[in-house]
Amino acid sequence: MKKTFKLENLDCANCAAIMESKIRKINGVNNASISFMTQKLIIEADDSRFDAIVKEAAAVCKRVEPDCFIRE
Amino acid sequence: MSIILNKKQKKSLCRIILASVIFIFAVLISGLSVIPAEYSAYARFILYLIPYLLVGGDVLLRATKNIIHGKVFDENFLMSIATIGAFALGEYPEGVAVMLFYQVGELFQSYAVNKSRRSIAELMDINPDHAYIERDGSVVTVSPDELSVDDVILIKPGDRVPVDGIVIRGSSELNTASLTGESLPRDVNPGDPVISGCINLSGVLHVRVTKIFSESTVTRILELVENASSRKAKTENFITTFSRYYTPVVVIAAAALAIIPPLLFAQPFSMWVERALTFLVVSCPCALVISIPLSFFGGIGGASASGILVKGGNYLEALAKTDTVVFDKTGTLTCGKFSVTELHPVKMSEDQLLEYAAHAEAYSSHPISISIKDAYGKPVRNEALTDVSEIAGHGVNATFNGHRLAVGNSKLMRSLGISIDDSVRPGTMIHVSLDGSYAGYLVISDTVKPDAKDAILRLKALGVKKTVMLTGDSSVAAASVAKELGIDQYHAELLPQDKVSVLEDIINQQNKNRKVAFVGDGINDAPVISRADVGIAMGSLGSDAAIEAADIVLMDDNPAKIALALQISRKTMGIVKQNIIFALDVKFLVLVLAAFGLANMWGAVFADVGVAVIAILNAMRTLNVKDK
Repeated sequence: MKKTFKLENLDCANCAAIMESKIRKINGVNNASISFMTQKLIIEADDSRFDAIVKEAAAVCKRVEPDCFIRE
Repeated sequence: MSIILNKKQKKSLCRIILASVIFIFAVLISGLSVIPAEYSAYARFILYLIPYLLVGGDVLLRATKNIIHGKVFDENFLMSIATIGAFALGEYPEGVAVMLFYQVGELFQSYAVNKSRRSIAELMDINPDHAYIERDGSVVTVSPDELSVDDVILIKPGDRVPVDGIVIRGSSELNTASLTGESLPRDVNPGDPVISGCINLSGVLHVRVTKIFSESTVTRILELVENASSRKAKTENFITTFSRYYTPVVVIAAAALAIIPPLLFAQPFSMWVERALTFLVVSCPCALVISIPLSFFGGIGGASASGILVKGGNYLEALAKTDTVVFDKTGTLTCGKFSVTELHPVKMSEDQLLEYAAHAEAYSSHPISISIKDAYGKPVRNEALTDVSEIAGHGVNATFNGHRLAVGNSKLMRSLGISIDDSVRPGTMIHVSLDGSYAGYLVISDTVKPDAKDAILRLKALGVKKTVMLTGDSSVAAASVAKELGIDQYHAELLPQDKVSVLEDIINQQNKNRKVAFVGDGINDAPVISRADVGIAMGSLGSDAAIEAADIVLMDDNPAKIALALQISRKTMGIVKQNIIFALDVKFLVLVLAAFGLANMWGAVFADVGVAVIAILNAMRTLNVKDK
């Protein structure tokens, strides 16, 4: 499954790169990319664990940039 | 220019102003020495601590949070250490000022990023927000994604076409500028396809939906451009890798600077700690990390506003290095439409020859017959025509006004025992005989696109060393087109698989640092397009095969856009290089100066935030695309 999310309050380009590489390392994620300019996160991951992965990804974003949150 | 700040930015601005006022107050009071001497040290500390916490509190908070999460070496941490260090050394005003300056820079940076996000969004503002549909006799407004295939929608003047479809009633003009960059409106009449994202200019159109919203052109273009940023250019990846090492290296250097000289040369710690703190401020690679992706994104955005879709920064980078452009002939350099280009009558006028040919072909729908009838331009008189018989692969026999007519290729003429003019012309030769004697021939060939010659000239002016044309057509036809357009080399009579091997030969002969681009019309050239370093497709406004296979898609089939794409790619790469060199030079200079005690923290903050802002402003230039 592939889904696009909006990242609100994504202010730091370096953080976006860090989030991207961390989300890619989440178990079950086939690919993830963050576009700093469009503030979008695209996750491609296994269907079975998708919701859990999204939660984990949201936690990663929050940890890297505290103001940042994911919206569908 | 109006300045729009979001909530976060407004808050930050208020804090900066308030802190500045208190800071100025603090400077004045400590200058006036109104405080009794015995309390003065504490009073100064508290006076400066208030504005410091006000303006830098969130930075300190974030730094603490990050340390708890095990993330050191981020901007917040570095700024906190640097300013706390300044306080520890008793340089209160400097500590506050650096934090103030840093926050002003951050605000400016966040404003610049938002502004460029907005201008890119404006360029990409082709998303239709509503559609009108007729239901039970009344017109209702629906969201474009609620439409299904075969629905009939109404498009009013001034509205965007919401989904791809075919006009069934009404005629109008469409502005396709946001998709193709072409400012000339396009006429549409019943039976014509319309593409989502265009703006209806004059009349009301009734359109039958052929593609649902998620498969329509506008959605596909937006997806493509947004996904483009995930295909990163080598330069972008280099910056990411570089920044991963840069910060730790500078921080370690700072630590070494604070410890080693005082220990070895017995110099005062405070002086070297100050220099080390300056190092820390310069250690954030933000100028590069923000401005390089922004440059690529701007270049891609600017290109798509002129009807050039680039699927990733890596392709923009490769295109900038292209010095050989290989073209497919039919559909790329030529219109792919046949027309009568030469008339060679024998013992009659050109008009007569054309009249005979057009009447003989009256009932045929072969593309060649159609082109002859188009050239004739007058209605065919069917009543004068009898005994029409078509011989497949040869031509047509007919009786016209009592004359026996034969129109077809050389085989037909030979079978009738008529001797023909055997000169070879570029194109298809159609011979005509009248009452058993030769009446001459017509040449039918593909016409060169009006912009094709200009396209080749512009590519040469941009320093493209070699232009090559590949075609399945005859050598004679290929030679004539190559000569007309000024193309350096051509390979004719190729089968689709031959095109791939010819292209491979060209790539192998190529200097490894330079790239080969192939331009084709997409559908039959797909293997060649994917083999080339840069595959460019003529998108003919939305052919799926083209968009799929290519790295770059030209939304209108104008070959002159190739030159524009090349210009955009070079400008973008130029700006990327300027930013890298500028940012690294300034940072390196400030580091060296700081090591010798020649640069203070002010210079360091400039090297960090000031450079970032300048680089962002420079990167935004990629959005401006000027043709020619």
